[in-house]
Amino acid sequence: MAPYRRAMTYHHHTGPAIVTRGLTRHFTSRKQTVEAVQGLDLEIGQGELVAFLGPNGAGKSTTLRMLTTLIPPTAGSASVAGHDVVTAQRDVRRAIGFVGQGNGAGHRQLGRDELISQGRAHGLSRADARRRAAELVEDLDLAAVADRKVSSLSGGQRRRLDIAMGLVHLPRVLFLDEPSTGLDPQNRANLQELIRRLHAESGSTVVLTTHYLEEADALAGRVVVVDHGRVIADDTAARLKSGLGDLVRLGFGSPGDAARAAARLERVPDARIEVDGPSLDLRVKDGSALVGELLADLTADGVPPSRVEVARPTLDDVFLDLTGRSLRETQSTDSPTGSTEIESEVAA
Amino acid sequence: MSTFVQDTVNVMNRELKPVWREPMAVVFAMIQPLVFLGLFAPLLPEMAAGDSALQWFVPGIVAMTALMGASFTGANLMEEMQSGSHERQLVSPLGRPALLVGRALKEVVPMLMQVAIIVLVVTPFSFDLHLGGVLAAALVLSLFSIGIGALSFALALASKGEDWMFWTIQQTLLFPALLTAGVLLPVDGAPRWLEVVSMLNPMTYVVDATRALFAGTFPVDVVAQGVLGAGIVAALGLAVGVRAMRRSS
Repeated sequence: MAPYRRAMTYHHHTGPAIVTRGLTRHFTSRKQTVEAVQGLDLEIGQGELVAFLGPNGAGKSTTLRMLTTLIPPTAGSASVAGHDVVTAQRDVRRAIGFVGQGNGAGHRQLGRDELISQGRAHGLSRADARRRAAELVEDLDLAAVADRKVSSLSGGQRRRLDIAMGLVHLPRVLFLDEPSTGLDPQNRANLQELIRRLHAESGSTVVLTTHYLEEADALAGRVVVVDHGRVIADDTAARLKSGLGDLVRLGFGSPGDAARAAARLERVPDARIEVDGPSLDLRVKDGSALVGELLADLTADGVPPSRVEVARPTLDDVFLDLTGRSLRETQSTDSPTGSTEIESEVAA
Repeated sequence: MSTFVQDTVNVMNRELKPVWREPMAVVFAMIQPLVFLGLFAPLLPEMAAGDSALQWFVPGIVAMTALMGASFTGANLMEEMQSGSHERQLVSPLGRPALLVGRALKEVVPMLMQVAIIVLVVTPFSFDLHLGGVLAAALVLSLFSIGIGALSFALALASKGEDWMFWTIQQTLLFPALLTAGVLLPVDGAPRWLEVVSMLNPMTYVVDATRALFAGTFPVDVVAQGVLGAGIVAALGLAVGVRAMRRSS
C-alpha cells in the first residue's frame, strides 16, 4: 500500500476533515415528520478515527448519508474534505470512500473486476486500476477469492472486499456504516483489527457508525454518542467512562447490614450509593483502588461484606447515565423511529 | 461532456463484464423466444406469395428477443439496489446520467449476440439470409433496446427494490406490447380499436422495418418509420431513466 500512496498526489486541504453546522434532516411519512437529525454541530479533524454510537434510529446512518452526498440536508450545512456536500457533490465523492451497510460489490461480478471498475470510476488508468486492485487483494487477504463471483463469497470475505472497494482511491475520509453488523464474533474482531491497521497506515480520517458498544470502545479514538438525532456526548471512550467511576457491588448477610454499610459509606466523597435488599452498589471514581480501604473500614465497623465485585464502567453505563436507557435494551428491538426512517427514505 | 462520456464508458464496461465472463447466460436468457420459434413456427400457414412462414416470423421473434432481454434488465439494477452496490456507485464520482446511459447502452451487446444466434439457428431451414438487411435491422433494434433497457431501469428505480412491483408492471406491459406490434400474428383485419392500439405502439414500426429489412428489401418509408419508432422509445426511455436516476438516493 505504502509505495503506491507515494505515487499519488493529492491537493490536500488543511482544515478539519468534516465540519457540520446545524445539520438537520427531516423525513415525512404518512404526514408525520420525523426529525432524524437535529442541528448537528460537529468538527472532525484530519486523521481522527471516530465512532458514531447510538441505538437503531438514532440518526447515525442518516448523518452518514448526508455526509456522503446520498441525501441532501433539510437544513444546515456540512463539508467533507473541504467541499460542501450539497454544492460540490462530485468533489466530496472523489475525496471519500464509502462502505455502506450492504455489499458494495455487485453479486454477479468478480471481486477483482469490481475493484478495477471502482478504480476506473475514480479516474485511474486501466493499468493503475489493475495494479491497485492487485495491491488491495494482497493487502486485504483476498487472493483466494478475488477471482470468484462475489455471490459465492462468505460474509466476512464480502466485507473485506467492500472495504477494499472503499480504499481503491486512497480516500482522505473513509466512511463505514455499521461495518461489522451481521458478522460472527471472530470476523468482527478481524474486521476491527483491519480498520485499526488501515487507519494507522493510511492516516486517513475514518468515521464509522456502530451500535456495538465494544466496537466503539475498542476501535475509536473518539466516540460521538447520538440519540434521537442529537449528539449527547462526544469524547474519548476512556474519558466518557472515567467521568462515571467504577461500580463497586457489595453483598451482605442481611438488608439491615447493607443499610448500615450504606450509612458508613456516606463519607466517601463523590460516591453514589444504591441499596437493593442485601446488595449495595457504590459508584465512585477509581473504585478499584479504593476497594481495599473500604473493606477494611467496613470490617472494622462490624459490617464486613460477604461478596465483592468491582466493574469498570462501560459505554453502556455512559449511555444509561445520559439517557436513562440501556443501549443493550434499545437495540434488542428496533425502535419505531428507526423503521419510519427507513420507510420514508425509501419513499423520499 | 468528456466526463460524461468517460463515466458512461466506465459504467458500460462494468455492466458488460458479466456478459464476457459468462456468455452462455445470454443464450439461457433467450430460451423463451427460441421455444416460441420452435413451437409456434410450425403452426403458421404458408404465406400466400409462397414465402416461407419463417421469413415472416423470424424478424418478429428477433424483435421479441430484443424487447424481452431489454425489459428484464432492470432486475439486475434492482438486485444491486437491494444488495447495496447501487448505493456504492451513487457515492462514487460517476455522474447520475452516466449510471443510467451506460447501463442502457450495454443492452445492445447481448441483443446483438441473441440476434446472431437466432439467425444462425434458422438459416439452415427455409429462411433466406440477407446479411445487409439483418445488419441494418440490428441498428434499428439497437436503438430500440437502449430505450426499452432505459425504461426497465427506470421501472426498477421507481419500484424502490420491490420485486413484485417491477415484475407486475413489466409483465403487464410486455405481452400487450408484443401482441399489438404484430409479433406473433398479423394485426391486419383486427377490430378497429386493436388497429388503433397497434398504430400507437412504436414497436409496431420497429417490427415492420425489421421484417422489410430481413426480407432484403429497403422501403424507405417503412425503414424511416422504424427508425423513428425506435428513436422515440430511446429518447423517452433515456429521458425517463435519467430523471429516475437523478432522484435515486
